[in-house]
Amino acid sequence: MRKTVLGLLAVLMMVSLVLPATAQARKPLKVAFVYIGPPGDLGWTYEHERGRLALQKYFGDKIETKYIENVPEGPDAERVIRQYAIQGYDVIFTTSFGYMDPTLAVAKDFPKVIFEHCSGYKTAPNMATYFGRIEEARYLTGIIAGRMTKSNKIGYVAAFPIPEVVRGINGFTLGVRSVNPRAQVQVVWTNTWYDPVKEREAAVALLDAGCDIIAQHQDTTEPQKAAQERGKFSIGYDSDMGKFVGDSVLASAVWNWETYYIETIRQVLDGTWKTHQYWGGLKDGIAKLSAISPKVPDAVKKEVETAQKKILGGWSIFTGPIKDQSGKVVYKAGEVIPDDKQLSMDWFVEGVVGKVQ
Amino acid sequence: MRIVFEKRKTTSVAAMVLVPVVSFLVSLVLTAILLLVFGADPLKTFAAMAAGAFGNIHGFSETLVKSIPLMLTGLGVGIAFRLKFWNIGAEGQLTLGGVAAAGIALFMEPFLPGRSLLWAAVLGGMLAGALWAGISALLKTSLKVDETLVTLMMNYIAILYSEYLYYGPWRDPKGYGFPGSRMFSEAAWLPRLFGRAHAGLWVALILAVVLWIVFKRTRWGFELQIIGASQKAARYQGIAVERNIVLAIMLSGAICGLAGAFEVTGISHRLQQGLSIGYGYTAIIVAWMSQLNPLAVPFVALALGGLAVGGDQIQFVMGLPAAMGVVMQGLILFPMLAGSLFTEYRVKVLRREPAAACTA
Repeated sequence: MRKTVLGLLAVLMMVSLVLPATAQARKPLKVAFVYIGPPGDLGWTYEHERGRLALQKYFGDKIETKYIENVPEGPDAERVIRQYAIQGYDVIFTTSFGYMDPTLAVAKDFPKVIFEHCSGYKTAPNMATYFGRIEEARYLTGIIAGRMTKSNKIGYVAAFPIPEVVRGINGFTLGVRSVNPRAQVQVVWTNTWYDPVKEREAAVALLDAGCDIIAQHQDTTEPQKAAQERGKFSIGYDSDMGKFVGDSVLASAVWNWETYYIETIRQVLDGTWKTHQYWGGLKDGIAKLSAISPKVPDAVKKEVETAQKKILGGWSIFTGPIKDQSGKVVYKAGEVIPDDKQLSMDWFVEGVVGKVQ
Repeated sequence: MRIVFEKRKTTSVAAMVLVPVVSFLVSLVLTAILLLVFGADPLKTFAAMAAGAFGNIHGFSETLVKSIPLMLTGLGVGIAFRLKFWNIGAEGQLTLGGVAAAGIALFMEPFLPGRSLLWAAVLGGMLAGALWAGISALLKTSLKVDETLVTLMMNYIAILYSEYLYYGPWRDPKGYGFPGSRMFSEAAWLPRLFGRAHAGLWVALILAVVLWIVFKRTRWGFELQIIGASQKAARYQGIAVERNIVLAIMLSGAICGLAGAFEVTGISHRLQQGLSIGYGYTAIIVAWMSQLNPLAVPFVALALGGLAVGGDQIQFVMGLPAAMGVVMQGLILFPMLAGSLFTEYRVKVLRREPAAACTA
């Protein structure tokens, strides 16, 4: 009897030694997201928020996620990111280009916290970057725009003259010109990611200038709505904007962060996370072409499908011959623009009307 | 029965103390109602906001980061307001001060060894602010051009000019095209106290005391007071009204420019977007809430800075949308500003119609 009691006590003691360790292991991983706009923008932040929700659903109570919205790029961002780090968050996703330097500054002070910055180029042992070749999807939407324009003038409402946006404009224009060499893409800069009023005004200016299709690199659906109100078509970006605006959105180049977020957090939980620079494309599913509007004829849809197969087969949309705005061939036939030149792209291809400031 | 507002002949000390306190309580009640509507516990929210702004070193340093430019611009516009010169151009003066400081920090390094680079940048910022404000003062004194419009419109010129610079010629060639100048060399960095709170704090506090002494104890301060009360009276006294207005407004602009210089040398270490985020407009609120008393300015600025930083907690802790923070700031400021009516006016309830003429 005494022996069994002693034995039980010994077992209990061992259990009590082990228990706290397992309890600690069960403590959920804390993951934070910093957003430039509200998830209700139905565009950029909306897609990141969808990724966050999918992530939370996938890992359930193993992780705890939170977000903060409307954080301006610039000095305020550092305060917010630092606050998450102080609150003991394990992984912090910062989802706008202008958060790069603030994220790096905080990453240096919190070597144990993992930082993931979307769309930038600076890394640290505890700070990785992630982004996608959305221009591959834009190229496909360009084919549609090139076939559907009547005035041969396509408007493009663009945020900042940085490589990310320039690449998108070039990819789109190459798509347009692959089927319609007479069409031109007219660019207007708004110098803001998220400003519904400015985005709309820029779209209206392009429509006034005779553009009959509006494409965009912004965070909201306002340019799409402006085009629709004039009875014109548009090309969406970020999310499947046709769902929110209607058939006048011919197709959208959409982001799909879900897979990346789940994979990253899996690595963190496994302890296999290492700093990296992720840059996926159509074949990785991070960038996608949305469903195509019924207003687009089947023949055009076929053309898009063919091009999509080519890209999925490994063909780069930045394969020469590529001419710059002056008509000079800058990449010869068969030559592909190397990745580092794509990442620092600061010139427009032939067919773009506008200047990289 | 009628209610009339009668101007107080002397400002009541009791009202000056009571009114802000009561206004603050009214603000709390209003925000509490709003929070309850959204299903958040008001007490918990207020506690989280206070803790976020003042409860730890990080929060407090960030509150100071917001408060320092508010103190300086608040002191700056306060000088102008004493003269009844409605300088609402603090935002532009701050921006141009930041531009000048950045220009010196970026391009004068080969000529200014060591710390002299920082000193030059700060002085350059003050000079730029002074000159920018001086234009509106000269237009006012020589051509009687309304200063409210001039200073407001000059804000846009200054802000657009700064954008031109960091989108254009000053853009960091290694910045992949993103707007913003390159980083200054560390010689032009303002020392930091803790967190991101920088040495500009001491300058702001010393300036508050100096300005108080100037207004209360010096001949010049007295002259400015007379000009503010009545320019005619000042002229009879033989005070050089025009010259004093220009000088005082240049001082006002210099202090706002200093705020901008501190923002770029103390916080961002470069010229980029986010320099002009409304400090110069909030400064007007700071100046009025402190009843133009320089000694009160640091406290009011600290409260408003805390409100901005504590506002983060509305999202962090309470999970309410970001817009709620802005609405709350408005709800808190509104009664405070409305309350100032009662320090200057006495409310009288008239039971009987006093005269037929009044009812007509």
